[in-house]
Amino acid sequence: MKMTITERILADHAGLESVKPGQLVNCKVDIALANDITAPISIKEFRRIGAKKVFDKERVVFVADHFAPNKDIESAMQVKMVRDFSAEFGITNFYDAGTMGVEHTLLPEKGLVGPGDLVIGADSHTCTYGALGAFASGVGSTDLAAAMITGEAWYRVPETMLFNLKGKPRKWVGGKDVILYIIGKIGVDGALYKAMEYTGDMIGHLTQDDRFTICNMAIEAGAKNGIFTADAVTKEYVNGRFKREAKYYASDPGANYSEKFDINADDIELMVAFPHLPSNTRGISKVGEVKIDQVVIGSCTNGRYSDLKVTAEILRGKKVAKGVRLIVIPATPLIYKQAMNAGLFDVFMDANAVVSTPTCGPCLGGHMGILAEGEKALSTTNRNFVGRMGHRKSEIYLAGPAVAAATAIAGKICSPEDVL
Amino acid sequence: MSDKILRGKAHIFGDNIDTDAIIPARYMVTSDPAELAKHVMEDADPDFAKNAKKGDVIVAKKNFGCGSSREHAPVAIKAAGISCVIAKSYARIFYRNCFNMGLAIFESADAPDKIRPGDEITVDMNTGEITNVTKNEKYMAAPIPPFMQQLIEAGGLMASVQKKMGLVSPSGK
Repeated sequence: MKMTITERILADHAGLESVKPGQLVNCKVDIALANDITAPISIKEFRRIGAKKVFDKERVVFVADHFAPNKDIESAMQVKMVRDFSAEFGITNFYDAGTMGVEHTLLPEKGLVGPGDLVIGADSHTCTYGALGAFASGVGSTDLAAAMITGEAWYRVPETMLFNLKGKPRKWVGGKDVILYIIGKIGVDGALYKAMEYTGDMIGHLTQDDRFTICNMAIEAGAKNGIFTADAVTKEYVNGRFKREAKYYASDPGANYSEKFDINADDIELMVAFPHLPSNTRGISKVGEVKIDQVVIGSCTNGRYSDLKVTAEILRGKKVAKGVRLIVIPATPLIYKQAMNAGLFDVFMDANAVVSTPTCGPCLGGHMGILAEGEKALSTTNRNFVGRMGHRKSEIYLAGPAVAAATAIAGKICSPEDVL
Repeated sequence: MSDKILRGKAHIFGDNIDTDAIIPARYMVTSDPAELAKHVMEDADPDFAKNAKKGDVIVAKKNFGCGSSREHAPVAIKAAGISCVIAKSYARIFYRNCFNMGLAIFESADAPDKIRPGDEITVDMNTGEITNVTKNEKYMAAPIPPFMQQLIEAGGLMASVQKKMGLVSPSGK
């Protein structure tokens, strides 16, 4: 039977020859992940039913990244619960302040997830790892608790939508622009319950980081997972990094797709999602005059070294506009160190930007950059829902790092071409 | 399935009600249901928690519960005394979470268009029949998928894990 890459990975992990969309399968999981917000509920469930051990001490991963470094007493108590549990049950991969980074950037970087994996995570952006040719999908804390105990999870095999990415992206256009363009086309429930698979010659022009960004926001179209087939770029990223043996899957020629879309690079300009949905997108040429109070560059979507490099390239020798706060958040300690050693912090600080320790912080309105009533932010994060980054009467515009850096300089949403 | 009849007044919401609107992250420094319930739906309707009465029903359009995986969202709704949610469609993680933690949800194509704020609604958990007592109308909810029904009958996901793994709850829980 001809299968898509998603179906192949699910079939293998379910111990089945083949699967088809709609089928319910029980799969072995390679990694089970939770963070400081979602793990406490999983831990309570784990204890409530009297579990005595996790399925594999090395394959349960906890990252205290959301409200950490702890923003208040309550969040400190939540992290403490995760820390104590990790000590009691011998969890090897618990990342606390000092070693922690934004989870979906940290796990691939540490080589904890890789090609062919099935990853379950109590965080909706778990879908990021699809960029490595893995099946990765977010769930709630109870599903995660079940996986922590049994090493298994049930899935309904999703239909797959195929996106044929064609052509070479324009200058400054990156993964964020590609995925915002796609979400703008299909809507926030355009891929509900489905897999979003990418193919086409544009992929050769997309870095591994671009692909992480594209898969990261699959959930913003309602998808179960996003997925690329690993190629030479992926193999180079994984080699020497991934701790286990990579398994390279691909879709069969003639596999079944529920829908097919052609996405042409020529049609994709730098993109901005207006409040209050990621699908409310406009090309930069159609943005008009939008003044901004705060710019955030970071998160599991765009807090990687390549994002900071683009930011520095545009910011070098310039200042953030008066009245605008620019907050730059390297996603992991390694990225932080790379950026620091490459002199990027000098560029940021000379421009009057804030450089923060790794955290999810402002992305979900946690800490380190909350918005006041009536304020507008442009952010490289993934959601612009009402109240997401602060006051319910604040507004969030989403874009990639190039638009973010240019916007910080101009004080209004604009393209790098307008400030260079 | 339970043979329970759910009954309450309808509170109406639109498309794409996200989990940040259901329970803003600023309150997720705790997973205590009672604390979360105080802020349920706050960023969609700041007066909701104050106005909602035990048994009331949330009625929404498509893609209810989109966004984050936070189980705090269905927990907050349930702890606020809401008996069920009726929507045209649900985001997938929210849908799974509801079954796992025991918030009744129903999918209906027509009910969300016809029910008005304050209408008295009853829902038959067994048949999925929705009755609008105020307007004297009846609507049908889509049947719950057989697998989810089995999960409910087994007492939820954790009960089935407990049985499968031969675990016993610590005494007093």
